[in-house]
Amino acid sequence: MSQSIDSQFNQSQTHQPLPDQVSPTPPKPPLLEVRELGKAYRRYRNEMTRVASWFSAIKPEEETWILRDINFDIAQGEAVGIVGQNGAGKSTLLKMITGTLRPTEGYIRTHGRVAAILELGMGFNGELTGRQNVIHSAGLMGFTHAQIDAVIDDIEDFAEIGEYFDKPMRVYSSGMQMRVAFSVATAFRPEILIVDEALSVGDAYFQHKSFDRIREFQRQGTSLLIVSHDKAAIQSLCDRAILLEQGKVLQDGLPQDIMDYYNAIIAKKENDRVEITPLDGGQIQTRSGSGEASIKRVSLHATSGSPLDVVDVGQMVELRVNVAIHADLPELVLGYKIKDRVGQDVFGTNTWHTHQVEQQLAAGETLTYRMCFSANLGPGSYSVSLSVHSNDTHLTHNYQWVDHALVFQMVNMGKDFFLGSCWIMPTIECERQAAISSAPNESV
Amino acid sequence: MLESLKGAWRYRQFIATSIRHELVTRFARSRIGGAWMIIHPLSMVLIYALILSAVLAAKLPGIESQYAYAIYLTAGMLGWSLFSEILNRCLGVFIENANLMKKLVFPKIALPVIITGSSLINNFALFIVILVVFAVLDHFTPTTLLWVPVLTAITVLLALGLGLMLGILNVFIRDIGQIMPIVLQFLFWFTPVVYPAEIVPPSLQAIIAFNPLFHLVGAYHDVLAYGHAPSLPALVGLTALGVALMVMSAMLFRKASPEMVDAL
Repeated sequence: MSQSIDSQFNQSQTHQPLPDQVSPTPPKPPLLEVRELGKAYRRYRNEMTRVASWFSAIKPEEETWILRDINFDIAQGEAVGIVGQNGAGKSTLLKMITGTLRPTEGYIRTHGRVAAILELGMGFNGELTGRQNVIHSAGLMGFTHAQIDAVIDDIEDFAEIGEYFDKPMRVYSSGMQMRVAFSVATAFRPEILIVDEALSVGDAYFQHKSFDRIREFQRQGTSLLIVSHDKAAIQSLCDRAILLEQGKVLQDGLPQDIMDYYNAIIAKKENDRVEITPLDGGQIQTRSGSGEASIKRVSLHATSGSPLDVVDVGQMVELRVNVAIHADLPELVLGYKIKDRVGQDVFGTNTWHTHQVEQQLAAGETLTYRMCFSANLGPGSYSVSLSVHSNDTHLTHNYQWVDHALVFQMVNMGKDFFLGSCWIMPTIECERQAAISSAPNESV
Repeated sequence: MLESLKGAWRYRQFIATSIRHELVTRFARSRIGGAWMIIHPLSMVLIYALILSAVLAAKLPGIESQYAYAIYLTAGMLGWSLFSEILNRCLGVFIENANLMKKLVFPKIALPVIITGSSLINNFALFIVILVVFAVLDHFTPTTLLWVPVLTAITVLLALGLGLMLGILNVFIRDIGQIMPIVLQFLFWFTPVVYPAEIVPPSLQAIIAFNPLFHLVGAYHDVLAYGHAPSLPALVGLTALGVALMVMSAMLFRKASPEMVDAL
C-alpha cells in the first residue's frame, strides 16, 4: 500500500471549511476498490506443518473462509456503513482494508492513506507525556518529525487538555487520553477513514467536536467507512450501506433498504424460536408469575404485516402478542410498557384501562392481541415489557410478567431533528415587528 | 528483505524516538534517572571484580593482575550480555506487540531494530564502565580496544539472526518461547564466561568448539583480557554464520509475514 502522505499534508492544517469545490467534481476513480476478496484462516495438522508449508507444497488440513467473494467500490467523499451481526466478517474486512491482515485471495486497491479510529490510544505509554506519546503514535503512523512538528500545535489545541499535554499520561483521566488519541489519529486527513461509530471519545462536547472533524474530512473528500452494530446509526450517518452476512455481501445499497433487509433476517431468526428469549443488548430478562397464562410470542410489525426491528419516528406499528391459557380463568388482562434505554417508562397501559378484559377463559385457548400505535418516539433503543394478570394491576393475580420481551430501535429517517424520547413536533410561528425608531431602548 | 529495510529506513525517526522513549520510561520517576544506566553495570562489574577476585584469587595465565579472574569474567560478560539481551527480547517481540501489529500498519522489522538499538546502548554503558574499572585496576589494553566495535557487530549479527528466526517461529509455536530460556542457560554454561576455557578437559574441547559463542566470547577475552588480536579465522567463521542466520531469518520473515497477524 502506498502512503502518499506529503500531498495531503498541507491541506490537513486548514481546518476552516473548504469551498465546496471538492464534492461536485465529475466522477473520479474510486478511492477504494475491493475485488474478489477472500480471507481464509488455515489450520494445519500442527504448527510445524504450517512452517513447513511455506517452503513446500503442503496443504492445510482445514480452511475456514471468513470472507469470500467480496466486491465493492467506495467513491471519494462517500460514507458507507458496514452492517452485520457479530461474526459476519466486519472486522476481518476492515483489517484487510487497513492492511494489517493480508487477503487470501483477491485484492484491495486504495488510493491514498487509510486511517482507522477503531481502538484509540494504541501504544500509549503512561510514563510519557501527551506530547511524547503524540510524537510516538504519529511516528507509528509513518510520519516524519518535520510533519509531526507542523501539526503538533493543532493537536494540542484540538485535544483541549491544557497543561496536561506536557504531563505524563498516567495522570490523565480516560477521557483526556481519548482526546489526545483522537486528536493525533485525525491530525492528518486520510483519504479513507474507518470509524467505529460506537467508539466513545469521552464527554458529549468532545464527541460532537470529533464528529464535526470527521464530517469536515468528508467534505474535503475523505471517504468514510462506518462500522456499527447499531442499525440506527448507520441510517443517520451513511449514504450507503453494505450488509455482510456469513462472510458475504448480502446487500449493497441505500441504508433504508439495507435496514429492511436486516429486519427480515432478524425476523427469520426470531421465528425459529418457540419461546421468548432475551434479545441482544446484554439486558437480563426477568420472568415471573403463577403461570396459568403465558406469553408465547411477541413481535413488532409494520402495518403491511412485515416484521420490524428498526422503526422510523412516527411510523404506524403493530405490537403482536400471543397468549396461551393453561388453566380455566375468570378474567385476563394484558398489559405492556415501553421503556427507554435507561429503563425509564415511556408509555404503558393494559386492557383493563381500555375496558377490554377477557372473561371466562378455558385451558388450551390462545389469544392474539394486536396493538396498533404510532411510534412517536425519539431515536434510540426501546424495550417492551409485558404482563398477563387478572385485574387492573399485575399484583393480585399475576399469571406472567416478562421484562424486555422485545427490543426495537427508533430511527429518525426523514423528520426534522429533535431531542428527547418523545416526538411531539410543533408547528412554529413567529411574528416579527419592526424596531421603533425613536429613542434607543433603555429599559433595564 | 529490501522492502522491509526500506520500511525500516522510512521509520528511522520513529525507531530513534522509540529507543529514546524506552530509556526515558525505564528511568521515569526515579530520582537520579539515567545514572542507573551506569550504576547497574558498575555494580555488576564491582561484584565480580572485588568479591569474586577475593574469593577466587587464582591467577590466570596471561593476565598479570591479582584481579585476573574478574577481568576475564567482565570481558566475557560484555559479549554474552549483548548476545543474550538481543536474543531474549527478539524472542517475544512479535507476541508482545501483537495488539499493535493487529491494529496498525507499519514495518514490523522496526520492532527488532528498536530492540537492537536499545541493547546496544546498554552494552555501550557497560563497556564504558568496564573501561573505567579496568583503568582503576591498572589493566588497560588500548591497542586491541579497536576490535570491540567489530566484535559488537558480529554479536549483533548472530543474536539478531537467531533471535529474529526464533521470534517469528515463536508466534506460531509458542513452546519456543518456553524452551529458549533453558537452552540459553545451557549455552551460558557451555561457554567459558565464568570459567577459563583452559579448564575444559581436552576430550570436551572438541565438542565445545562447535559452540559459536565459545569463539565469540573467546574473541572478547582475547581483546579485553589478554590484550591480543582475536583469531581471524574464528571471526570470519562467526561472520559467515551470522550472515547465514540473517538470510535465513529474512526468508522466513518473508514467508511468515502474511500469516503472522492471523496467528497472533
